[in-house]
Amino acid sequence: MTDRKSSRTVLAVPQTPEESAAKARRYGSWYFAEHTFRVMRMYAVSVAMYSVGTPLAYLFAMGVGLAALIDANGAGRFGGVDYLTFLAPALVASAALMSATGEFMFPIMDGFKWRRTFFGPHASPLRPEQIANGHIIGVGIRILLPTAIYFVIVALFGAAPGVWAWLSIFTATLCALSFGLPLMAWVSTLTRDAGQFAVVQRFIVTPLFLFSGTFFPLDTLPFFLQWIGWISPLWHATEIGRVLSYGYAEPVWLSVLHVAYMGATAVAGWLLSQRIFRRRMGK
Amino acid sequence: MSSTGVQQHLELKNVPQGLASLYSGNVRAVIGRGLLATRSSNWLVMMSGFFEPVLYLLSMGVGLGALVGSVPGPDGQPISYAAFIAPALLATSAMNGAVYDSTWNVFFKMNFAKLYQGMLYTSLGPLDVALGEIFLALLRGLMYATGFTAVLGIMGLLGSPSALLMVPASVFIAFGFASFGMGITSFMKTFQQMDWINFVMLPMFLFSATFYPLTVYPEPIQWFIQAMPLWHGVELLRELSVGAYSPAMLGHIAYYVVMIVLGLVLTTTRLRKLFLR
Amino acid sequence: MPLDSLSGSTPEYVISASNLTKKYGDFTAVDDISFDVPAGESFGLLGPNGAGKSTTMRMIGGVSQRTSGTLSIMGLDPEQHGPQVRAHLGVVPQQDNLDEELRVRDNLIVYGRYFGLPLSYLRPKADELLEFAQLTDKAGAKVDDLSGGMKRRLTIARSLVNEPRILLLDEPTTGLDPQARHILWDRLFRLKEAGTTLILTTHYMDEAEQLCDRLVVVDKGRIMAEGSPASLIRRYSTREVLELRFGSERNTTVAADLQGIGERTETLPDRVLIYAADGEAAMEQVSLRGLRPITSLIRRSSLEDVFLRLTGRSLID
Repeated sequence: MTDRKSSRTVLAVPQTPEESAAKARRYGSWYFAEHTFRVMRMYAVSVAMYSVGTPLAYLFAMGVGLAALIDANGAGRFGGVDYLTFLAPALVASAALMSATGEFMFPIMDGFKWRRTFFGPHASPLRPEQIANGHIIGVGIRILLPTAIYFVIVALFGAAPGVWAWLSIFTATLCALSFGLPLMAWVSTLTRDAGQFAVVQRFIVTPLFLFSGTFFPLDTLPFFLQWIGWISPLWHATEIGRVLSYGYAEPVWLSVLHVAYMGATAVAGWLLSQRIFRRRMGK
Repeated sequence: MSSTGVQQHLELKNVPQGLASLYSGNVRAVIGRGLLATRSSNWLVMMSGFFEPVLYLLSMGVGLGALVGSVPGPDGQPISYAAFIAPALLATSAMNGAVYDSTWNVFFKMNFAKLYQGMLYTSLGPLDVALGEIFLALLRGLMYATGFTAVLGIMGLLGSPSALLMVPASVFIAFGFASFGMGITSFMKTFQQMDWINFVMLPMFLFSATFYPLTVYPEPIQWFIQAMPLWHGVELLRELSVGAYSPAMLGHIAYYVVMIVLGLVLTTTRLRKLFLR
Repeated sequence: MPLDSLSGSTPEYVISASNLTKKYGDFTAVDDISFDVPAGESFGLLGPNGAGKSTTMRMIGGVSQRTSGTLSIMGLDPEQHGPQVRAHLGVVPQQDNLDEELRVRDNLIVYGRYFGLPLSYLRPKADELLEFAQLTDKAGAKVDDLSGGMKRRLTIARSLVNEPRILLLDEPTTGLDPQARHILWDRLFRLKEAGTTLILTTHYMDEAEQLCDRLVVVDKGRIMAEGSPASLIRRYSTREVLELRFGSERNTTVAADLQGIGERTETLPDRVLIYAADGEAAMEQVSLRGLRPITSLIRRSSLEDVFLRLTGRSLID
């Protein structure tokens, strides 16, 4: 027995197959999250660049340039704060949402169709739902970090006066998951790449970005367009962000609703993704 | 394998001597292929290039415009905020479309779809492919610009008959970006490097007097922005939109003429690096 | 103006390469190779992956620039006259690069347009080629829906749209199942009979033996030997080969005991090869020495053996 083993490999496996299975059962999601991180390392420089560059560009252009125009004409419309302070929570949340859009579309299609990267780990002791979880963990952290950087830059611009403003880092990340996880569930069902991603970007993400009370209060819009805001995770994140950042006045039940809405959609998307992963890889 | 007529069809057009290795005078075939391929493309995606500036116009122009009120136009007369940003959105959309088609699109067809590999093993030369792709990009730009200008007309945002000149002018702007974009793509080897293109485009979009007059900036920053191509495009279209002709307009046009010429020279000299690695 | 007058006097060789070299930075992909191919010949470049075969093909097509040396295709330098040279060529690249955005028949027609051919010629030609490639009932299908073998046949059909005098085939059957390979070989054989010059790279011995009149063995960018498949085997190997397996532990130690049997022995990690004119006789001698291999096999020598002899390495790792 020992003889045969030594002739096969030089280095012996330090655990039995049973131990491997037990470990995979407990930590499998994190093993796949590790895979996600290793892949992300390939474009870590881009992510870092965007994490700093995008906030600077938007805050200078919108918060300083555009604000000069708006504060001169439309002052007093933003609950007593200047335009930059009003805008900043929306920018933080939309940046998170936009990175989530990419990370929950392309790698999923890559995993199931383009390069079929999910099927390699599927041949290991990992279960399909752990692969889904691992991707979610990886992307969640990959969004949390740049969001924190964004917030710090906002604070340096003096646009986050409240004591609890930093909590908006987490509500923005929750917003990313609230939109990203249902999106992930949908992408997991796709078998054909027919340009759907460009359609999502331009017909869903762009309108959300523009009509969720981001650049101006939602009630400025005609009534028949305001529903976009109500279903948009971005509006909920922006509103709660404003409450945390500068004490924007709204009823407590509404603040609770913002968080509950984002939490519920995120959990629904998560459970659905797990189910679809199980079904698709079980085939 | 019997037909014999093929050799007599295989006549090559007279092409300039120096370009014999790069050009076969058959740009038409590349354009024909592109038009045929659009049949199988996603029509929603095609339409989205038109919708994006319209959405921005509705959100920023109408929604935010309600807070901003009117701003001074290029001739000093006050105009609505929507009328102020509309030409800028058109110029930006011309830039985005042309840059996307000449960079990401070319990069993808080169390295992933391997489309050009097949084309370049025929009697086509790289210059045929480059000119064909640029033509297709401009054709698409023309369609979007026409659609957007029509929307402006419906919304009553066209201040002067000369605003119709924004359509050819935005194709002109797109030509400047497309001719340069392909040359720049020849230097790119990885997706990460391609990301740098977006990294340059975003600030250009945000800072080129698109959403607010240049005068909010201190003077040195104004000079810097005035050196960027998009600012000249925005100004050109903005002046056309209200019919405010000035000597500055000649400057904007000259800027793009130079950009087109330099871009084509750069792209042509880089064709071997781009296509014949 | 017909092409022949463009290219001057009819050249003796349709392809003529001398001291051809291609470097990528420090790496030399093609190292000073020379060969000539007369019209109508079927010429093979045989070697392992990374030997420089594909790079050579790309230089012939004028889509890769050589570092030094001269190259003439139908009397023209492909680097100076790329479009004119390629008008004579049909190319089947190693990886299919069909136009996924077009349907099967449109792939053929559009490709012909790149040669400036008129639709009046291309429409019937496309149908003829679909027939040739046994794809007539797939004319309106999406490329993505074809099987691997079908895609390969379509790529070959596409390369014939301009009735090329020279057909470049880069690993034409790699990745195909045996049946699909035989269909392809049959098609290529017909082209050869019709007088098309075939230039073929392969790392399959049987393919080279089936299709090539003459071939060069390439390794690390260099030509190691040149000749017809039969003459190469005669020159570098024996008529028969005896393959013995003693188990991975013993193969190396047993080699000494086999000294003197046959003309030559080669020890590989998984087996020992004995080169002999008569394999049966060699096997008897092995038994006489009291050696009991786990398995034994007598076969004819192939180009694989030629390659092993020339490079000391196996062709497919």
